Amino acid sequence: MKQKLVVIGAGMASGRVLEHLVDQNPDAYDITLFNAEPRGNYNRIMLSPVLSGEKAYADIVTHDDDWYAAHNITCRFGEHVTQIDREAKQVVGQNGAVAYDKLLIATGSAPFIIPVQGKDLPGVITYRDLDDTNAMIAASERGGKAVVIGGGLLGLEAAAGLAERGMDVTVLHLMGHLMERQLDESAGFLLRRDLQKKGVKVICRASTAAILGEAHVEGVMLEDNTGLEADLVVMAVGIRPETRLANDAGLEVARGIEVNAQLQTSDPDIFAVGECVEFDGTLFGLVAPLYDQAKVVAHGLLGQDDAFVVKELSTKLKVTGCDLFSAGDFADGEGREDIVFRDPGRGVYRRLVIEDDILIGAVMYGDTSDSNWFFGLIRDKTDIAEMRDTLIFGPAYQGGTPLDPLAAVAALPRDAEICGCNGICKGQIEDAIAGGAIDLGAVRAVTKASASCGTCTGLVEQVLAVSLGEDFVLPTAQPICGCTSMTHEDVRRMIKSQKLTSMAAVWQECGWTTSCGCHICRPALNFYLLADWPLEYQDDPQSRFVNERKHANIQKDGTFSVVPRMWGGITTPDELRAIADAAEKYAVPTVKVTGGQRIDLLGVRGEDLPGIWADLNAAGMVSGHAYSKGLRTVKTCVGTDHCRFGTQDSTGLGIKLEKELWGSWTPHKLKLAVSGCPRNCAEATCKDIGVVCVDSGYQIGIGGAAGMDVKETELLVQVATEAEVIDVIKAVTQAYRENAKYLDRIYKWMNKVGLDWIKARVVDDLTERAALVDRFELSQSIYRKDPWADHVKRKAETYRPLANLSLEAAE
Amino acid sequence: MSTWIDIAALDDIPLRGARMIKTALGCVAIFRTAGDEVYALDNACPHKGGPLAEGIVHGRAVTCPLHNWVISLETGKVQGADEGQVATYAARVENGRILLDRSFLRARAAA
Ligand code: SRM
Ligand SMILES: Cc1cc2nc3c(=O)[nH]c(=O)nc-3n(C[C@H](O)[C@H](O)[C@H](O)COP(=O)(O)OP(=O)(O)OC[C@H]3O[C@@H](n4cnc5c(N)ncnc54)[C@H](O)[C@@H]3O)c2cc1C
Ligand code: SF4
Ligand code: FES
Repeated sequence: MKQKLVVIGAGMASGRVLEHLVDQNPDAYDITLFNAEPRGNYNRIMLSPVLSGEKAYADIVTHDDDWYAAHNITCRFGEHVTQIDREAKQVVGQNGAVAYDKLLIATGSAPFIIPVQGKDLPGVITYRDLDDTNAMIAASERGGKAVVIGGGLLGLEAAAGLAERGMDVTVLHLMGHLMERQLDESAGFLLRRDLQKKGVKVICRASTAAILGEAHVEGVMLEDNTGLEADLVVMAVGIRPETRLANDAGLEVARGIEVNAQLQTSDPDIFAVGECVEFDGTLFGLVAPLYDQAKVVAHGLLGQDDAFVVKELSTKLKVTGCDLFSAGDFADGEGREDIVFRDPGRGVYRRLVIEDDILIGAVMYGDTSDSNWFFGLIRDKTDIAEMRDTLIFGPAYQGGTPLDPLAAVAALPRDAEICGCNGICKGQIEDAIAGGAIDLGAVRAVTKASASCGTCTGLVEQVLAVSLGEDFVLPTAQPICGCTSMTHEDVRRMIKSQKLTSMAAVWQECGWTTSCGCHICRPALNFYLLADWPLEYQDDPQSRFVNERKHANIQKDGTFSVVPRMWGGITTPDELRAIADAAEKYAVPTVKVTGGQRIDLLGVRGEDLPGIWADLNAAGMVSGHAYSKGLRTVKTCVGTDHCRFGTQDSTGLGIKLEKELWGSWTPHKLKLAVSGCPRNCAEATCKDIGVVCVDSGYQIGIGGAAGMDVKETELLVQVATEAEVIDVIKAVTQAYRENAKYLDRIYKWMNKVGLDWIKARVVDDLTERAALVDRFELSQSIYRKDPWADHVKRKAETYRPLANLSLEAAE
Repeated sequence: MSTWIDIAALDDIPLRGARMIKTALGCVAIFRTAGDEVYALDNACPHKGGPLAEGIVHGRAVTCPLHNWVISLETGKVQGADEGQVATYAARVENGRILLDRSFLRARAAA
């Protein structure tokens, strides 16, 4: 008599098993197939083209009624299996039981639903099957706004499909960049940009707090209290293996149903296949390994030997216009070599990770035409030593002569465009060179080539090199660091002109040769981005030196110093008492009066920082930013209040200035002083910005310093009122923030651009002055906040050790 | 047999960041890279004992906050022209939790 095989779940995996079975031995089993969905097997991965309208359901059916009939498979579609009775060897469905000799569990997985308020409201759906897809299509016909929670493969395909159908779509993603498991930040950036071009908005680091609505979903509320309207919410945050039946039946289940290499569960008559299984600690979420499993299961059912092995996987996204590919391990590290290729013009990014002459990972965006070839190299562990130099260009370049960039430029015709921004062709540059423009600056001046965004600078230099031969000496401009050939100035220009608002955007558009920067470029980029895009960019503490990350100066023994602000050097008995109390409470070894007219508590333990800050906050004091590339102190003298020579209220003005400017980040530290008369007790003439009061008003000088170089300020302007002093100083500070190279103090910046250039903007041009003040204020609306209070509230935990194992025994 | 101690959730450490843990014999720094790998190293720079957990993490390396020595998270070796090495300990991530091999407590005792 024929053996009875019962299959639970008619999905992608079991579909393949059945094909192999009936191919190899159609008479081996009497087959019953259950499926909870009221239909047979279809190509689930093609639901996305159905959603976007590129395909219809009929196009993606893999096994139709005729196929099941032709192979004598008893179909029980639309019927849930409710129980597996191993004693009686039968499977119980909603409409009755059926006996088995062999059982195959292929229940796939279930979408994970984040347990927030409102998750059960009508209008909140997941993305797993045809019914979900049809529900989304129906919702999109009513138009309106959709919020997709989850920026992984599924979420993005849902978002793109809904946008295609005319909905206004926003994707919320918990992590810092999209598809973070498959993509690095650079590729994530390009993907986000392309999705935004399709009208899909993306919000990263967005944590959903609640789904709002009465009878139907109306919106989504984030942890940071941002509210978004929504007529449809799609939850695509991940999947969980569907293991309930197996669990109830007492089979061994970890995260998935545990199987051996033959896909047998802990009961040898029961097999499991697909997303519901766990093999050797691994779960599965893509079809390629499921197809391998299916073959092994079919062989097992037919009594043939076979074993499943886990192979490398690759990922693609099925969204038109977003070509991406990722495979293998692409984290960088010692012993691993990174080859990065970026073509900012075409939006192409390729990164290969090599270890011991073997390609172990690849991420590609924009041009994935060679992805199969690269995937083959990874899977086969091919030795790539021979082709390393040209590997990144793909198979077309292998075996030929390595590409010489100069030869390529030499071969360009005269009408080839070199500078896209200004539409300058190679011929025009050659003519300029023939006319005597023999360096980059001159070519820029004559033709404007590379004078806008600067991406083509390298190309222009190559044209110079080709035209001038030996006579051309490459400029010695210092690049920021080993990650790029661009200078600070070039990068700043790019950030502004190309509206680059994230680090990943800078890395891509400026052709960084590393995947994610280093300790030299990251702090600089972090400053440039926050200075130019205060609203769009979010400060990255991980790209800051410890002092700025922890808001305290690190000492040589790893302790920290704490300096509260004393506005303009003025304090009160209450403040002094609070400082004294804090010093005692936290056993501060040294209390010192600084050269900046305030008090330093030195030698505080890292773990005590939030505590001591909270105490100082309670007494009304805030961080003195004694650690920052930002506003430090505003020193003052006693001025008209007490001094017999004082001409103006220098103390009062100093306090006002400090209250206006505190919290702002600047390229280097920024120190101010206000002296009440030219005797200059506050040393205003050796500060970055110094004010000397005189009878007729206020002399504002800039560019002083008294550190490694001692510099006297130069007079910027004399003004009549305090209000003007404050405006001019805000304007000059903002001009400095927007234009200077990171780690240049004002005097160095002034040496480069000239005092006149600064004067023209902040003294002569009142419209520009006002605009600078506005931009400064905009930035201050975000940064004029006490970081101590913020860290006490949000981050106190991170100052404590992650764990204390002092009492833990070694054995 | 190695036994693993559950230390904390991976998300307790920021991406490209570090936290330190206390043991009876000094502090160990746990690093999290951009690729979500974790590494455990003695929290003392071979140069002058700088607290590595406070450094800037880039790739699989950390730059010491005191004098900018760059240390490999994988081997504990100092990179570039400088020389030296710190002890590294087996660490891994499972289900979003950071696990350390208990033997590191003994290794520290022996050091
Ligand atoms: C605490 C203080 C010394 C004191 O006890 O008085 C001090 C302490 C430090 N100074 Fe200073 N400077 C202090 C006033 C000064 C002054 C005097 C002033 O501001 O009127 C100067 C000269 C004026 C100037 O800056 O032009 C000064 C010129 C420097 C320099 C050289 C800057 C330069 O451009 O050449 C550095 C190095 C740097 O910033 O790169 C520096 C750096 C430092 C650092 C942050 C070194 C470091 O990176 O660890 C010191 C931190 C010590 C600690 O562990 O807390 N410190 N430093 C003063 C804090 C003032 C405050 O209340 O915020
Ligand atoms: C929209 C979308 C796009 C995707 N894109 C890709 C892609 O591009 N590339 C890729 O590799 N993978 C992709 N996937 C993943 C791929 O579809 C899955 O890995 C694959 O379908 C899993 O196959 P399976 O047989 O394990 O489960 P499924 O295909 O989910 O089949 C399981 C079946 O079991 C049924 N079932 C569950 N419990 C019971 C029960 N108690 N009784 C009866 N029946 C039950 C379910 O109704 C379901 O029909 C995508 C998935 C989705 C949803
Ligand atoms: S600056 Fe002039 S007015 Fe002010 S305290 Fe010194 S001497 Fe007096
Ligand atoms: S202590 Fe680490 S570099 Fe000096």
